[in-house]
Amino acid sequence: MRINFSMNRQINLAQAVLEATAQCMRDDRSVYIMGLGVTDPKGVFGTTLGLEKRFGAKRVLDMPVAENGMTGIAIGSALVGMRPILTHQRVDFMLLSLDQIINNAAKWHYMFGGKMKIPIVIRLLVGRGWGQGPQHSQSLQALFAHIPGLKVVMPATPYDAKGLLISSIEDNNPVIFIEHRWLHNTLGNVPLEKYRVPLGKAKVVKQGKDLTIVSSSYTTLEAIKVAELLKRDGISIEVVDLRTIKPLDEDTIEKSVRKTGRLLVIDSAWGSFGVAAEILALVAEKMHHLLKCAPARITFPDAPTPTSWALANHYYPQVKDIINRVKKMLKLKQENQKRLGTVLNVPLDVPDAAFKGPF
Amino acid sequence: MKIAKKIALSLYRHILRIRMIEEKIAQLYSQQQMRCPVHLCIGQEAIAAGVCANLLKKDYLLSNHRSHGHYLAKGGSLRQMLAEIYGKLTGCSRGKGGSMHLVDLTVGILGTTPIVGGIIPVATGVAFGTQMKGRNNVTAVFFGDAATEEGVFFESLNFAALKKLPALFVCENNFFSVYSPLAVRQPKERDNLALVRSLGIKADKGDGNNVLEIYELAKKAVASIRKGEGPYYLEFDTYRWREHCGPNFDNDLGYRTEEDFLKWKKKCPLDLFESKLIKNNILDLSRIENFKQNIQKEINSAISFAKNSPYPESKEMLSEVYAD
Repeated sequence: MRINFSMNRQINLAQAVLEATAQCMRDDRSVYIMGLGVTDPKGVFGTTLGLEKRFGAKRVLDMPVAENGMTGIAIGSALVGMRPILTHQRVDFMLLSLDQIINNAAKWHYMFGGKMKIPIVIRLLVGRGWGQGPQHSQSLQALFAHIPGLKVVMPATPYDAKGLLISSIEDNNPVIFIEHRWLHNTLGNVPLEKYRVPLGKAKVVKQGKDLTIVSSSYTTLEAIKVAELLKRDGISIEVVDLRTIKPLDEDTIEKSVRKTGRLLVIDSAWGSFGVAAEILALVAEKMHHLLKCAPARITFPDAPTPTSWALANHYYPQVKDIINRVKKMLKLKQENQKRLGTVLNVPLDVPDAAFKGPF
Repeated sequence: MKIAKKIALSLYRHILRIRMIEEKIAQLYSQQQMRCPVHLCIGQEAIAAGVCANLLKKDYLLSNHRSHGHYLAKGGSLRQMLAEIYGKLTGCSRGKGGSMHLVDLTVGILGTTPIVGGIIPVATGVAFGTQMKGRNNVTAVFFGDAATEEGVFFESLNFAALKKLPALFVCENNFFSVYSPLAVRQPKERDNLALVRSLGIKADKGDGNNVLEIYELAKKAVASIRKGEGPYYLEFDTYRWREHCGPNFDNDLGYRTEEDFLKWKKKCPLDLFESKLIKNNILDLSRIENFKQNIQKEINSAISFAKNSPYPESKEMLSEVYAD
């Protein structure tokens, strides 16, 4: 048996993304990556560093600032057998390319009777904090998940980021791959070898019996923190990390709700018409009989992201908000602020106390 | 005439065939069995014929909503096109696309779409992909005058020039975007050729109703692209005879004048070329009759294939949303 030395290797999520990209490019010459800053000294927050040197300028390209046109160009190249990865340093920047994504990429396979495939991965980064404000911190997973023909992926851990990105690159459909900026520096165990995490499969990252929290991307880290804090009160939380928003893993959600009878969804986006709303609708339609109390969601208020950190501290949900929502659902007394201690002292516009800005 | 007789007759036959097919669609449309928009290219056929005569089977073609002529001139299957318009399972897009979404991979037709300008970057990407793969196919894309107002037109040309892509951009200027005339959309000083040339792309303009002129310009353009000299832009002025979408004439609406229409009708690309070929003893009436009979037979057979083909079953609605 081969000894796997890599089992305990720790790398961060940005390195995991880079490794997945490099391994796919190594194994398939039709894979190429294109995006603003892909070859610059910062390499899209470290996720593309060294790729140009290893694979050459023909397959690792910086590009004109023409998001819609370049998306169409990526689509066209896929029609003749290429597998493009397109990157955008913020979700907000790619909105110019919605025409190509929604009208062409999402529909090409269907509207030509299945004759062609569009294997394209569009990597989008969600900003948060340090005053990034209305046009640098939107999280639009719901918008993409609404469109038939698109898949939407949101990893929370370095392990999943690598495995999901490899699956996304190998998938024969357009995949919107959303990375939260605050996750890029988080560490996790990541095997060196190439492996796949299947699209469309959620993961129970914490077993519990009293209440299910469904989360994704950065909110999974918050959900885990909440689960750990509540453990000391004897409350057992099950955390379901969606990993893929679309196709939604209804089975894993149902299995968990069947077990706990209580559902709280945390989504890092606006509440109205969003991913959390979709999951609550799913539960209301198909599994309301399993519920012991009304399902709930924690999302952002229906307003653009404010820039001032004084306002951001009210905009982003806090761990105490999640804890108190859980306690309300369980008909328990609200959390004593003092008991949460240091959890409350971290400003909500930075990922950790060591961060000195800007992004 | 300097052109070889064989090529001249082939060009003529293509224009005639496109004209007869479009007329047939117009004639049968009122039966209400073709239940999708149709954008007929009657009056504009010469551009499709003249350009596509310079493309090889392995070359790629992409186009817009008014694409029947391009599809047919490149060799797309008539039976599958008509079946598609009739909404049948045997259609080129299995009934999911209709007249605005034609495809025939066997002859390099990678798709047609009706979002104005939306096909231009896709075609540019096809050229980019073939370049990356080290193949030497030429990619041709057809679009109208309004598409040159879209941002992606500029974005695509910029990238095509940057990478010296083997792409042929063909603009068919019929002076109207639906009912909106050029004058309300573009300043009269605008010169697309100068605009395109400023990016370092070669460009020519010609009479879109003169198939020999189109053929010669396209020949020069395709040769330049094949030599690796980068993209080429061609623009042709022409006129759509019928309404923007549908089988009828619509000069009564008042957005253009009957006088203007009659002026262009006198410059019919089919009649002009036919007279020229007869004058040069390349064509005679019996040959024309022979062409017409053969084409008519082909059309009748394709119509009956389309009409007799099965509709897709309801389960098809949810199939092919995602690729395996």
